[in-house]
Amino acid sequence: MSVHESLEPRKGEARLETILKVAIYAVGGQGGGVLTGWIEALARAQGYVCQATSVAGVSQRTGATIYYLEMAPSSGRIPVFSLMPAAGDVDVMIAAEWMEAGRAIIRGFVTPDRTALIASTHRNLAVSEKMVPGDGLADSTAVREAALQVAKRLIAADFEAIAVNAGSVISASLFGALAASGTLPFPRHAFEAAIRTGGKAVEPSLRAFAAGFSAAETGDPRATVSTVEMPAPKVSGPADLLADWDRLTVRAAALPGDTLAMVLAGLRKVVDFQDLDYGASYLARLESLAALDHAPFDLTREAAKHIANAMAYDDVIRVADLKTRDARFIRIRGEMAAGDNPMHLTEFMHPRGQEIAGMLPRRWGERVEASATWMARLDRWFGHGRRVRTDSLRGYLMLYVLGGMKRHRLGTQRHAQEVAHRERWLDVALGYLDGNYALAVEVLRCRRLVKGYSDTHARGLSKFDRVLEGIALVAGREDAADWARRLREAALQDEKGKALDGALATIHSFV
Amino acid sequence: MAERSFKSEVEDLRKGDGDTFTGEGILALTKALLENGVGYVGGYQGAPISHLMDVLADAEDLMSELGIRFEANANEAAAAAMLAASVHYPIRGACTFKGPVGVNVASDALANLSSSGVTGGALIIVGEDYGEGSSIMQERSHAFAMKSQFWLLDPRPNLPSIVKAVGDGFELSEASNTPVMLMVRIRSCHVTGSFDTRANKRPPLTVREALANPRSDFNRIVLPPMSYVHEQDKVKNRWPAAEAFIRDRGLNEIFGQGGRIGMVVQGGMYNGVIRALQRLGLADIHGETEVPIYCLNVTYPLIPSEFLNFCSEMDAVLVIEEGQPAHIEDQLAAFLYRAGAQVRLHGKGVFPMAGEYTGQVMLDAVTAFLRSAAPEMLPAAIRAPNLVKPKLPDLTKVVPVRPPGFCTGCPERPIFAAMKLVEQELGKHQIAADIGCHLFGSLPPFEIGGATMGYGLGPAANGAFDGGGVRRPISIIGDGGFWHNGLSSSITNMVFNKSDGLVLVVDNFYSAATGGQDVMSSRAENATKATQNPISEAVKGVGVTWVRQIDRTYDVPKLRDTLREALTTKTPGPKVIVASSECMLNKQRREKPLKAAAIKQGRRVEAPRFGVDEAVCTGDHACMRLSGCPSLGLKHTGDPLRDDPVAYIDQTCVGCGNCGEVADAAVLCPSFYRADVIHNPGPVERWWAGVRTSIIGRLARRRAAKRLEFSA
Repeated sequence: MSVHESLEPRKGEARLETILKVAIYAVGGQGGGVLTGWIEALARAQGYVCQATSVAGVSQRTGATIYYLEMAPSSGRIPVFSLMPAAGDVDVMIAAEWMEAGRAIIRGFVTPDRTALIASTHRNLAVSEKMVPGDGLADSTAVREAALQVAKRLIAADFEAIAVNAGSVISASLFGALAASGTLPFPRHAFEAAIRTGGKAVEPSLRAFAAGFSAAETGDPRATVSTVEMPAPKVSGPADLLADWDRLTVRAAALPGDTLAMVLAGLRKVVDFQDLDYGASYLARLESLAALDHAPFDLTREAAKHIANAMAYDDVIRVADLKTRDARFIRIRGEMAAGDNPMHLTEFMHPRGQEIAGMLPRRWGERVEASATWMARLDRWFGHGRRVRTDSLRGYLMLYVLGGMKRHRLGTQRHAQEVAHRERWLDVALGYLDGNYALAVEVLRCRRLVKGYSDTHARGLSKFDRVLEGIALVAGREDAADWARRLREAALQDEKGKALDGALATIHSFV
Repeated sequence: MAERSFKSEVEDLRKGDGDTFTGEGILALTKALLENGVGYVGGYQGAPISHLMDVLADAEDLMSELGIRFEANANEAAAAAMLAASVHYPIRGACTFKGPVGVNVASDALANLSSSGVTGGALIIVGEDYGEGSSIMQERSHAFAMKSQFWLLDPRPNLPSIVKAVGDGFELSEASNTPVMLMVRIRSCHVTGSFDTRANKRPPLTVREALANPRSDFNRIVLPPMSYVHEQDKVKNRWPAAEAFIRDRGLNEIFGQGGRIGMVVQGGMYNGVIRALQRLGLADIHGETEVPIYCLNVTYPLIPSEFLNFCSEMDAVLVIEEGQPAHIEDQLAAFLYRAGAQVRLHGKGVFPMAGEYTGQVMLDAVTAFLRSAAPEMLPAAIRAPNLVKPKLPDLTKVVPVRPPGFCTGCPERPIFAAMKLVEQELGKHQIAADIGCHLFGSLPPFEIGGATMGYGLGPAANGAFDGGGVRRPISIIGDGGFWHNGLSSSITNMVFNKSDGLVLVVDNFYSAATGGQDVMSSRAENATKATQNPISEAVKGVGVTWVRQIDRTYDVPKLRDTLREALTTKTPGPKVIVASSECMLNKQRREKPLKAAAIKQGRRVEAPRFGVDEAVCTGDHACMRLSGCPSLGLKHTGDPLRDDPVAYIDQTCVGCGNCGEVADAAVLCPSFYRADVIHNPGPVERWWAGVRTSIIGRLARRRAAKRLEFSA
């Protein structure tokens, strides 16, 4: 047997290195095909032999989809190219969406020895992320950490926003980033020539190309996570009200611990919801809680957050008020790029009998809600879908008047119900305070379960009740707070509460 | 109008002798058909050969100049049956569909065709939908060739090889009086490259001319005793003729020579194998290989003498055959055994039995084979790796799966939203699904649908429940499936058996999932096809009495009410709801440029788009569970009071109306609004809008002045 001792790969490996392999991961409908076409035209125009492949199928309908190109300098003989990327053998990976970058990493197409990863940081959410009643969004930071670790080079920016701002689509800005990356041995003007040869939407594409190019050159891939930081809102209004507001903020600042940001956010919310007196009562409630609290004042901070949400509940008056504000019209006109063109604005409202009864004065409302006949009547009169045109005088006035009912709000049936529910919840939380501080905080956090309108709201309330019942069962245990958190998280996982059922069943199995 | 137009590329199909064609595989296939004097072509769309049908349709003018008949067949069975023209007439015919599902549908005609035998070359171009990107069950078309005794080509996946295979296929078909199937895989359909063209050839005998001189011969009829003769003829004459042709013309190729080991590969696998060898340093960029390769461009029949000759001096051979069962490997093993050969056969074992041969699978398996059969050929670094692979971060729990789903503005979304609402009201129902975009309704967030039994078979799949029960069985079928074979196999089946079930026909004006080809009920004018035949009329024609036509699927309350009525009515017999609205992908493609032009020309245009009031949205995501629209997303607000992300609608919204309808029908929340920007309004409209805006603005500011305002 002849033994060839070879430490290095042999035949042709040097020439093999001249094959450039480019893969594109996209979400169906993003125009990955256009980008592929440009790269192909570019390579051929630059004297390369190039082969592109794609997987066309139903994945083009919003599913994850992949394109692949190989190219090599022309030598007269046609090279044998592969039709699909292989793990550990990709020079350039272009991901047109952030989680697709993650998918490429999972597949092993991004490796430290060779792969330049060009990825857009924007998210195009998968259905599974959106369906979750709580926060189901995938962890973008994990992808970033992995990308920084496995890519030879990472070029990341929000290429979607860059393209949209340039009036184009992401394929153009990514093409610009590819040019800037220097991974293909072609000059910038050759890239631009490929766009011109393509002949479609040339000018916007070139704009987005240029923007993508400079973003890739100047951007820091570590710094491109767009963390939404709300600037501190400015407050304006009549001088006497501003003076009152200042007094409230002084009170807020007097609350202990690192709670001010949360308390101010809560205060703004309840004042915006009702008025300054309401804000004062919010602070009074917090002050009474803070008196029972101790460092690090988790209880006060969580109370500041959740009591504000509970006090600024979603009723018809609030919705009507929010929908008839000047700032809203200005914002929507801007978002829709309406310019000075007229704009119709249609609101989709579907009040039910309960909402109407809730707006009645408490005694009256109680009696109406107790009467099936009256509730049926209210449903018949009011309970159907309404499309309210808030750009028309009639529709606007209707909501304007509803929004103006704020001053009667504190005497309504709905308000009485909300107060009762809130106090019950706070009583439960405070009941645990002496024995188990952490549990009391967790109970406060359960308020997060109550949200939405009509059926969703009712389901939220029922989940809230069931979680509190579950907590009561384990309240005596040392790990009660853990269980409370687990129950709440389970309740936020799915609509019907299957995960919560499971968690409750577990509790029942050991109590 | 199909989703993708090939009108400009089709001009390249006119290229003549000495020219070079550069483009996609499907165009190369079409060009090859024209160069080989094909007389008629047809087929049925489906990935990966949908675009081949689109190319053929777009090339119809060119083909009619050459006297070639193009037929957009009703289904794959019809396409295969059309090849009957080549039984008696010396006319080359070709049809195309996807495999193996299309081949399943076509198999009756293919079996008859194979029994009768052909005079003119008959070519079936099958796009094998296997591996990544596939939308169907993972099977192989190979077995059909074995059972019906027709020949299977699997050329190397580059344009010159694919083009050559078309010519070879026709000649092989004629030399052996047997139909030939040419298989192309998902990626080879869309692989790009170049080949040298030849002039297009007019068929020596056109189908039109054939009609002037009709022929028949009862010997070709599949009836006893001729059918027995056919079987003998297949084995005694056609098969040997095919073998001789394949051998004499060298259709299979051998790369590299010498050595103790070799590889037998399906043509379609060749590039993947070379890449693995390249990475191991055993082949160069042009495919010069140190391990000899016997490349099977014809995977059925196999030529024993060729194979035995190839491996006569070898110790071990690796068979590279993707998918299962391993028909080729089993047969090669039998050849070796019968010949008493001592060659060791590797194949499945180093390769996985099931699944696509990806780059990594190929590299691993080829390495494993070499390690066991010829370790000295492996570079030392691979033979004894001393590099510890770095541990890569695991993102599998982070990255969400992204299955296909309804597009932005899809008219089928509101249908499934309505279904979900009805089920919330009346309880869960037995639901059978069909093939088409509407099958996405069986995935989250709707989860409407159970089993799917094949194209046009949705209602038939509920046959066992036709007798009725506590709740009515529901089946869903698309317009594509309806005309493919649903009308006969599904609707008449229900009528005849006095079914009590409900059929929901999802009519989006096209065979949409396959790329927007026209069907019988399409609304578009089509110069060469008869469109605008309503589905509701067809079902009435076969005896359905309870029929409801809904012309705007976005009307969720109406759909919900109609569904409820269908599920509760006392009327006996099948209930059929035809829910019709145009595929949004196609509609946008059609209307977007028109709208842009109209705005430019100064005509009045309303541009609708939806939005969400962030402050009103509570982040409960109930709307998501009735939508899943790509333009409806979630974002964190940055407000410390809110844990959960809120809904927002991005600029890709097409204003279909589903959000508003669902918010209304499901009594969701009042955060949705629709903004219609009026481009180029008339002077009166502009004046009146100004008046309203100023009054509204004054009212809003009046209230604002009396309270504290918080602004970012």
